[in-house]
Amino acid sequence: MKIAVCVSHVPDTAAKISIGGDGKCIDPAGVTFVVNPYDEYAIEEALKTKEKLGGETVAISLGGDSHKETLRKALAMGIDNAVLLKDNSYRDSLSVAKALAEEIKTQGAELVFFGKQSVDFDNSVVGQMTSELLGYNCVSVVVSFALDGSKVTCEREIEGGKEVVETSLPAVITTQKGLNEPRYASLKGIMAAKKKEIAEKQPAPANNFVEVIAMKRPAAKQAGKIVGTDSSAVPELVRLLREEAKVI
Amino acid sequence: MTKFLVFIEQRNGQIKKSSFEAAKTASGLASKLGGSVEAVAVGSEISNLESLGGFGVDKVTHLKNETVTNYSPSAYTQAVVKFVSENGFDSILLAASSMGKDLAPRVAAKLDAGLAVDCVALNVEGSNIIATRPVYAGKALVDVKVTSSVKVFALRPNVFSAGTPTDAKAEVAVTIIDSPNLNVKVVEVKKSEGKLDVSEADAIVAGGRGMKGPEHFGMIEELAKLLGAATGASRAVVDSGWRPHSEQVGQTGKVVSPTLYIAVGISGAIQHIAGMRSSKYIVAINKDKDAPIFQIADYGIAGDVFEVLPKFIDEIKKVKS
Ligand SMILES: Cc1cc2nc3c(=O)[nH]c(=O)nc-3n(C[C@H](O)[C@H](O)[C@H](O)COP(=O)(O)OP(=O)(O)OC[C@H]3O[C@@H](n4cnc5c(N)ncnc54)[C@H](O)[C@@H]3O)c2cc1C
Ligand SMILES: Nc1ncnc2c1ncn2[C@@H]1O[C@H](COP(=O)(O)O)[C@@H](O)[C@H]1O
Repeated sequence: MKIAVCVSHVPDTAAKISIGGDGKCIDPAGVTFVVNPYDEYAIEEALKTKEKLGGETVAISLGGDSHKETLRKALAMGIDNAVLLKDNSYRDSLSVAKALAEEIKTQGAELVFFGKQSVDFDNSVVGQMTSELLGYNCVSVVVSFALDGSKVTCEREIEGGKEVVETSLPAVITTQKGLNEPRYASLKGIMAAKKKEIAEKQPAPANNFVEVIAMKRPAAKQAGKIVGTDSSAVPELVRLLREEAKVI
Repeated sequence: MTKFLVFIEQRNGQIKKSSFEAAKTASGLASKLGGSVEAVAVGSEISNLESLGGFGVDKVTHLKNETVTNYSPSAYTQAVVKFVSENGFDSILLAASSMGKDLAPRVAAKLDAGLAVDCVALNVEGSNIIATRPVYAGKALVDVKVTSSVKVFALRPNVFSAGTPTDAKAEVAVTIIDSPNLNVKVVEVKKSEGKLDVSEADAIVAGGRGMKGPEHFGMIEELAKLLGAATGASRAVVDSGWRPHSEQVGQTGKVVSPTLYIAVGISGAIQHIAGMRSSKYIVAINKDKDAPIFQIADYGIAGDVFEVLPKFIDEIKKVKS
């Protein structure tokens, strides 16, 4: 079985974000980019599935040359092959999904893992979109995954609980924290990954429906009040919550 | 003239509050742009659909099938896409809840429509709707314009006002859907027992590593109970196994915007703040007066949790009795 993982390359979650000169995207200067944290769960689940059932794994990323770092990391963790869909331009989620769907079709992957969300634009939609374009079944925000023959059983997180979902291959799964513990790349894996070739392909050009007009900073919050330094401040805090904020 | 459609989310036949928010928002946009507001709901039995009239909806279509009791991604997508294709809508609004975030991209992909998800504001500029949405975990916002002929907007729950409903009743039409696509099927819903979820709560009391150990979270629970609040946690305590993952607030947990967020023994790391900065009122209790949480807190006590929290609980008991 061919298993694909789609990975994005994003600013580290601790990065300070400043807005670029064009006022539409971030200024990448001084920002460290990493594997999207949710995609590490996707990589791990692909590796675990291959270890159990055999098959071949491929990581796919759409973006500029810098995305090779993330693909390299996936290879170092144990993914067999990597494909960069090289494109430096802005793409909305649907046009990312269209390019990924084409490549997944070319690869003939029957099982595809995505992260739940890419922590740059925080959309949480590309996996579901790709599945619809491919006509694959899809379960999103998955915290447990089991494959038995072609039968897929997952749990997905919802408000106040979980849904147990049944479906079948071919399928797209989007992964949530809690699904597994991503492994660290071994030194051997890192060395081997350095030697591997990352295939580069040109995706069809974007046709965007979602246009960014402006990127801006959130309104700064007014500095709050430190009411006191011990329990003697509690009555005043409660009074403020009742009379000023009117929340209790 | 813009034809708006609101997707109504129901669980166990009950309409979700965030769907009323979406309905009210659509009717506000329709009155500015000129247009009509219809709604659609999928499922077996759904109560109170006519009440959507009170939020500005003219007509609700219930796409009904006895076998679709729980959410089914495949059945819902098929039903909504068919309904939109047959009736022609310009803009589709829904809540960016677990269900909405799963459904919206599927529907958008099928309709070849642009999608703005997790919107925190929708404004009219000329004849366009400009959606504002947080990016980079709320460290920035983008204004986006959707340019496809069908547009989909998913609204972050708890941000848009549902207003006070009027007595108006919506016309309800029932359409039976044949042979729903149940290729992806929810076979069971496991509820976390009697617990209010952080993503739906109007108030949250969250504990961090400053609570020192899982045995002290009884105080967090007690305060939450007194306030009718949900209990939340930082990732540090979730990773330590003190609290379940479902309580984690932050960039890799849940993004919340309650009216009141009380952070107890939480430092306010950038990834935690990402998940709760849009709360209306933030209260922090932390012994370190320089903890970053105080930079976004409205009120704080720079003191020891074990001294402050018991007194806080007592004081709330007093005002509640
Ligand atoms: C990729 C990534 C994703 C992440 N996602 C999240 C996320 O979603 N959510 C999240 O929360 N974190 C997340 N983190 C972790 C985050 O960086 C912090 O490590 C975490 O939020 C810290 O939790 P804390 O505030 O409970 O602990 P600490 O930072 O250790 O803070 C404990 C605080 O308690 C105070 N304290 C100690 N004792 C007392 C006392 N007796 N009385 C009063 N105060 C006391 C201390 O002054 C301190 O400020 C993420 C990190 C990474 C790298
Ligand atoms: N440029 C990309 N290349 C490859 N995979 C991507 C890309 N963007 C998003 N994804 C995948 O889609 C998931 C959801 O992303 P998003 O919908 O953008 O939040 C991510 O976790 C990745 O698995």
